Amino acid sequence: MNNIAWLITRRVTAGLAVLAVVSTLIFLTVSMLPGNFATEILGQDATPETVAALNRELGLDLPLHARFMEWVGGILQGDLGRSLANQRPVSEIIVPRLFNTLFLAVMAAAMAIPLALLLGLVSVLFRDTPADRILNLGTLSTVSFPEFFIAYLLIVLFAVKLRWLPSIANVSATDPLGVRFEKTLMPALVLSLVVVGHMMRMTRAAVLNLMEMPYIEMAVLKGASRWRVIVHHALANAWSPIITVIMFNLAYLVVGVVVVELIFVYPGLGQLMVDAVQVRDIPVIQACSLIFASTYILLNLGADLFALVTNPKLRRR
Amino acid sequence: MTAGTREALMSFPRRLAGAAADMSWGTRLSALIIILYGFAALFAPWIAPYGESEIVGPPFEPWSRTFLLGTDNLGRDMLTRLIYGIRNTIAISLVATLISFLVGVTLGLLSAISGGWVDAALSRVVDTLMAVPQLIFALLLLSVFGTSIPVLIAVITVIETTRVFRLSRALGMDVAAMDYIDVARMRGERTGWIIRREMLPNVAGTLVAEFGLRFCFVFLLISALSFMGLGIQPPTADLGSMVRDNASLITYGDITPLLPAAAIGFLTISVNFVADWYLKTTAKPDASA
Repeated sequence: MNNIAWLITRRVTAGLAVLAVVSTLIFLTVSMLPGNFATEILGQDATPETVAALNRELGLDLPLHARFMEWVGGILQGDLGRSLANQRPVSEIIVPRLFNTLFLAVMAAAMAIPLALLLGLVSVLFRDTPADRILNLGTLSTVSFPEFFIAYLLIVLFAVKLRWLPSIANVSATDPLGVRFEKTLMPALVLSLVVVGHMMRMTRAAVLNLMEMPYIEMAVLKGASRWRVIVHHALANAWSPIITVIMFNLAYLVVGVVVVELIFVYPGLGQLMVDAVQVRDIPVIQACSLIFASTYILLNLGADLFALVTNPKLRRR
Repeated sequence: MTAGTREALMSFPRRLAGAAADMSWGTRLSALIIILYGFAALFAPWIAPYGESEIVGPPFEPWSRTFLLGTDNLGRDMLTRLIYGIRNTIAISLVATLISFLVGVTLGLLSAISGGWVDAALSRVVDTLMAVPQLIFALLLLSVFGTSIPVLIAVITVIETTRVFRLSRALGMDVAAMDYIDVARMRGERTGWIIRREMLPNVAGTLVAEFGLRFCFVFLLISALSFMGLGIQPPTADLGSMVRDNASLITYGDITPLLPAAAIGFLTISVNFVADWYLKTTAKPDASA
């Protein structure tokens, strides 16, 4: 037990160290630009006064270490600076959008995870039959086609031809829950299709890996049905790799929202970030990158820890 | 280039031709599709009916004899833009993938054979870079350095090099433990020589297949960035921004804007199939021998 506690402490420390380094990198991006950042943004014909004003706004007139301390101190107090585009505090812009993004990601996960598990088990059950091959081709397609292809295909199908769902997911805080679900359904569907392929393949691989084991052969020999062998005997031992894969995919989901939000005009963090990149609204970009990167790092850390706890083989080192 | 790598590369088409006999129909179709894309990319100026950014008619013309796939939001010929889009997107992806393999494989193998602080330092840097989600990393860098093709290639190269480094280091570790590496070392060969003559030929098979897969990722990433308006900039034609610029047609039930998106998918699927097949038939016997 001491051993595992030590491993977990080490992994968590490493994860937090990476988080610290990544946030520093994000902070440093402003200073990375060769020449003067303010002139670069304002253009060559900016007056010295406006350049000085922007420098003061960004804190670029202070020395690097002072700026860094101020930035870190601000984040710890929930102050992410002010947007250059509209002067509003960044945290005020971000909070409702973060909620929207999480809503979308959770909804997509809720659809994708059960579907991926079911399809994975089905493809093991019907291994090397046409059904398995069709599933295989299907998952390869969802991974190979860009998200926007899948998104527009669904729009053509469900919004234009069948008129079942709206093609724009402009949810607002005042929408009742039912309307919000209806508007979010299509973006969530696209997102889940994107991750289902990967999760299903990993589920299939994890279970197939176990199907070669002697105890599975034993179960087959004693006359258990195929479904029972897979669900009761193989799946029981496959949970650990499967859950690890699910967590890695959740990390992907949080980032994958960017393109999908853009297509459906969904007011989330991803759309905010792309807009901010277009007008080079640095404080907003830094805040969004920080949130995306830390979610990604923490979910990956969680997946690692889970694997470490559930798989004794990884502990022996 | 040294004799060892040259030999490995020279025998590659011969082995490919030999193995083509036992290709499945899916793989053959994929190979054909890749060849067609390559043809379109190379000879775009001769195949395309109009000039790359030439305005030839009113915007959003339907499909017709004069404009086979209609015209886009500015009145440029859609088929022409599609062909040039394939050419530009493939070219930029290829350059980015090539540079990342050049840098990634060199550093990866160097890391594997040197060990010690070189390995530790390179691995830490790569771990940190890989901890940032790709797309966010790209957006962050593009916002600072602006969107131009050299910056785009540089940003994608940095992202991809980390992945290539990881794989070639892992492959190199297996090779570095072999006796012939020790022998070469005792003969007094330099590290560069050992990497090129002893290690590279032994990892080349897997790396070729990986090249295909990495190319697909780069292709998709560039298309996604262009779709967001942050990749290849107008008036240069590219597949991602074509979809975005003409997306309004979709709400009228016109599927033309889906064609460039589908073009991306067919190429990545085909490359995937061929890389898969290559890994199964050509790389495996190498690894076991």
